[in-house]
Amino acid sequence: MRRLGVLSCLLVSVGLGPWLVFATGCNGRMDSAGGPGGGTAAGESGAGKTSDLVVASTTSTQDSGLFDVLIPAFNRAFPQYLVKVVAVGSGEALKLGETGDADVLLVHSPQAEEVFMANGFGADRQPVMYNDFVIVGPESDSAGIRGLTDPGAALARIAGQRALFFTRNDASGTYSKEQALWRQAGLTPTGDWYRSTGQGMGETLTIAAQKGGYTLSDRATFLAKRKALSGLVILVVGAEELRNYYHVITVNQARNPQGARDFLTWITSPIVRHGLIGTFGVEKYGEPLFIPAAG
Amino acid sequence: MSVFWEALKEAVLLLVHGDRYVYEVMWMSIKVAGSATLIGMVVGVPLGTWLALRRFWGWAAAATVLNVGLTLPPVVVGLFVFLLLSRQGPLGGLDLLYTPGAMIIAQFFIAAPVIAAITMGGVASVPKDVRLQAMGLGASRWQSLWLVLREARVTLISGVVAGFGAAISEVGAVMMVGGNLSVAGHNLTGTMTTATMALVRQGEYAIAMAFGLILLILAFVITYLLTRTQQGLRRRWLQP
Repeated sequence: MRRLGVLSCLLVSVGLGPWLVFATGCNGRMDSAGGPGGGTAAGESGAGKTSDLVVASTTSTQDSGLFDVLIPAFNRAFPQYLVKVVAVGSGEALKLGETGDADVLLVHSPQAEEVFMANGFGADRQPVMYNDFVIVGPESDSAGIRGLTDPGAALARIAGQRALFFTRNDASGTYSKEQALWRQAGLTPTGDWYRSTGQGMGETLTIAAQKGGYTLSDRATFLAKRKALSGLVILVVGAEELRNYYHVITVNQARNPQGARDFLTWITSPIVRHGLIGTFGVEKYGEPLFIPAAG
Repeated sequence: MSVFWEALKEAVLLLVHGDRYVYEVMWMSIKVAGSATLIGMVVGVPLGTWLALRRFWGWAAAATVLNVGLTLPPVVVGLFVFLLLSRQGPLGGLDLLYTPGAMIIAQFFIAAPVIAAITMGGVASVPKDVRLQAMGLGASRWQSLWLVLREARVTLISGVVAGFGAAISEVGAVMMVGGNLSVAGHNLTGTMTTATMALVRQGEYAIAMAFGLILLILAFVITYLLTRTQQGLRRRWLQP
């Protein structure tokens, strides 16, 4: 077990650069705790005893591979938690928070999150990072949206051409963003060209690629899946309204409130945000997939 | 606990009031699984019968393959069919992906092995004498074969029902090749299992529960009919 931990620690550090050694506490500090930057000493108390910590997050953090880096790093800082990741849409993640089935959430659906906090389901909510949405579509681009900077104008052209568009229609953060974009464009998408998948981002991208349709995706999932999405390209990018903010929320009814607080403190610490999150994906895609929130 | 009862109550209301989307999805499930079972029967019953009555070189290998098919994980079937039908796949030109056709193909590979394997067992358990006697009394090969199948019909019906059950309850294959698509609240390729998964993902527990209830009711009805058929057949068979 321990040997495995050292090995994966080594692998991760080789892959992601020397700063990580510090960030994750590899350098012989395997068992020592005190989350980097967080300053909590909780790690020392639970030696030998582990408690479950349920993290509900969105499919985008899972599909992009970010959690494959974050969770092992968190576990090295806080070995007393057995972290269980539930990757669902933001809608279900918030629901899991309401019922107390998750301890801490990492979600990106600001409006729904504010309702969640207002209803008293959350204890603390902090910004973590953002990534951006992109409108992707077939290389042939039958609706002619390539290079447009205004996502509303792009959607208007897609609707005008009745070009195939796949919507997730799944109460995810991406879906609520898509709906907001249609609203801002003054359009109500209906018709045979506007199809719902009811599935996660990865599956919806696959369907769009296979069927030669358009969709709204977060950049992270698109880049992570690009190899399997031949014929699908980024067409519209860069507008402020295409930004996608992620917040970490500790659940009020959490079964593991200490773990939830530790996770929040850890993930919002500058060293994790800038060291781990801000550099994730650079090596593989030449650009970061997530940009740390200011502060 | 209250979440459970609330979802259950709303689900019953949805079913009683007849939600259009719920019924569309239900019919799609029954249509796809039914077609797959029908084709599975056409292929599986002769295949199982043949394997039960003939011994040939490679028989053990064929029987093993069939038994592996019996436990074929639906996601693996889904992956195979998806890659075959995908744009870059060998059958991409058919443009079948994300259509009911693709779903029937996938569920065929789930239902057919079940039907064939159970048929094989049923036919093999019919005493050899039945055929020999029939032949001795002057029955042709086809007539004696028919007699054997009649003898094994209780098992054959169980096999077909088990095949249908395997098809309608699987979610992995039909999600991958069907895509659970809908247009403006109208179902295109969603089934009860894929819709349930998608709805739970959205926290829409009530409609998900409605599908769960329908699947349960369906299971009860099928099992009841099956038991009745078996009993009825046995009674008639024992009192000629």
